[in-house]
Amino acid sequence: MIRTLVALTALAVLSACAPAATPATTPSKELVVYAASSLSDTYTSLGRSFEAAHPGVTVKFSFDGSSTLVDQLKQGAPADVFASADRPNMDKATTANLLSGTPSMFATNTLTIIVPKGNPARITGLDSSLDGKKLVVCADGVPCGTATSKLAKLVGVTLKPVSQETKVTDVRAKVESGQADAGIVYVTDAKASGSKVDTIAIKKADQVKNEYLVGVVATSKNSSLASQFVALVTGSEGQKILSGAGFALP
Amino acid sequence: MFLAVPLIAMFGRVDWLRLPTLLTSPAATDALWLSLRTCLASTILCLVLGLPLALVLSRSSGRWATAGRILASLPMVLPPVVAGLALLVALGRRAWLGRHLSAFGIDLAFTTAAVVVAQTFVAMPYLVVSVEGALRSAQEHYEIVAATLGASPTTILRRVTLPLAAPAIASGTALAFARALGEFGATLTFAGSLQGRTQTLPLEIYLARESDTDTAIALSVVLLIIAAGLIAVTSVFSRVRGAPS
Repeated sequence: MIRTLVALTALAVLSACAPAATPATTPSKELVVYAASSLSDTYTSLGRSFEAAHPGVTVKFSFDGSSTLVDQLKQGAPADVFASADRPNMDKATTANLLSGTPSMFATNTLTIIVPKGNPARITGLDSSLDGKKLVVCADGVPCGTATSKLAKLVGVTLKPVSQETKVTDVRAKVESGQADAGIVYVTDAKASGSKVDTIAIKKADQVKNEYLVGVVATSKNSSLASQFVALVTGSEGQKILSGAGFALP
Repeated sequence: MFLAVPLIAMFGRVDWLRLPTLLTSPAATDALWLSLRTCLASTILCLVLGLPLALVLSRSSGRWATAGRILASLPMVLPPVVAGLALLVALGRRAWLGRHLSAFGIDLAFTTAAVVVAQTFVAMPYLVVSVEGALRSAQEHYEIVAATLGASPTTILRRVTLPLAAPAIASGTALAFARALGEFGATLTFAGSLQGRTQTLPLEIYLARESDTDTAIALSVVLLIIAAGLIAVTSVFSRVRGAPS
């Protein structure tokens, strides 16, 4: 039993290490983009069109929470482009001199309520219909959670969530699976959930905007390619893809 | 070296001056107590459910026993998120078992009980595997001797089998507790995260890391110390087991 486990572990370690050796042998250029999780769909398709326009260039992504990415950049992560889902995290990056030049705002995002298809708990909005229901939100301290508490304050309701998730995608997953009666997520998440959820707009939601910023990383060895990627995001093609996913444009 | 350096580095990064303040914040103490409470509950559950299972498995052979052994140790190698998804699919509000439970008024969703279920699911294999291994390896002839001397099966179980397996049971229990303490993925997926109810120490660390790395590291060090203590207990017992009897 133990011997089998050891063998399996060894195999797993080996197979995990194997692909890491290959990029060194390929001559093509690589652009590494660190972007907030909520950008994964839009940035992946932008990356594909960037690769099509720049033969020989591969765009590699690392999608994670903005603050995690800032932490990794601080530790010297080899990124060329950084896109943050909110201004405070981008500010953290600029004060630490991690970026060259001023980052540019390329999109905004607002919050909305999602409920499982058919709205079984009969939620009507950010109001008393949420009382006693299983509401899931983002935790304070992560961008979507900070926005949620700001919006709740603005509307004048006290939220009593049953769970505060670190990632907005976890909120989505809990509503999609029907575990939760309602969740507060970004408009873009609601759109990505598609027909698995119903969306209920929140009054005054447009007054709490999350700003998305992108910039070139100071230590980038491909800074001209990186600026071209930023130009793609802020340009008409990027803006078209972003607004198609539900982002509002600056 | 490879194992020690990151752990020692963590101690170097701790903000010792602010440590008491960091650890006494309501979120941190809530998480710590919740972790200890749920781990205790899940360890007891592991013992209640796992010991009989280990006994049965150690005394069976054939295809079904092999299948049982594989099933019983599977959660050990599953990525925790997968374990959480499996629990969700079985016990979620929309799942078949979950629906039957809620017909009886039991709603696990987002409760502390869900945390205990998740911890038990991932921790029990550690107990079962170590106890089953110990039971199977040596002592069947002791039991046979006891039986030929006229002891009843219950007496054999109470006086021979369990005492012989005691060190393995103790170390398996400590391992299960340690695994439950570190449980993260299944809890996050299945139980959610709310201060004082479902937000255990690892979840609080994950959240604190988003905004305040110092708190995250302080809590990590606490977790590290508890885990090290548990492993020390385990190794003491395994030395007892290794000693000639």
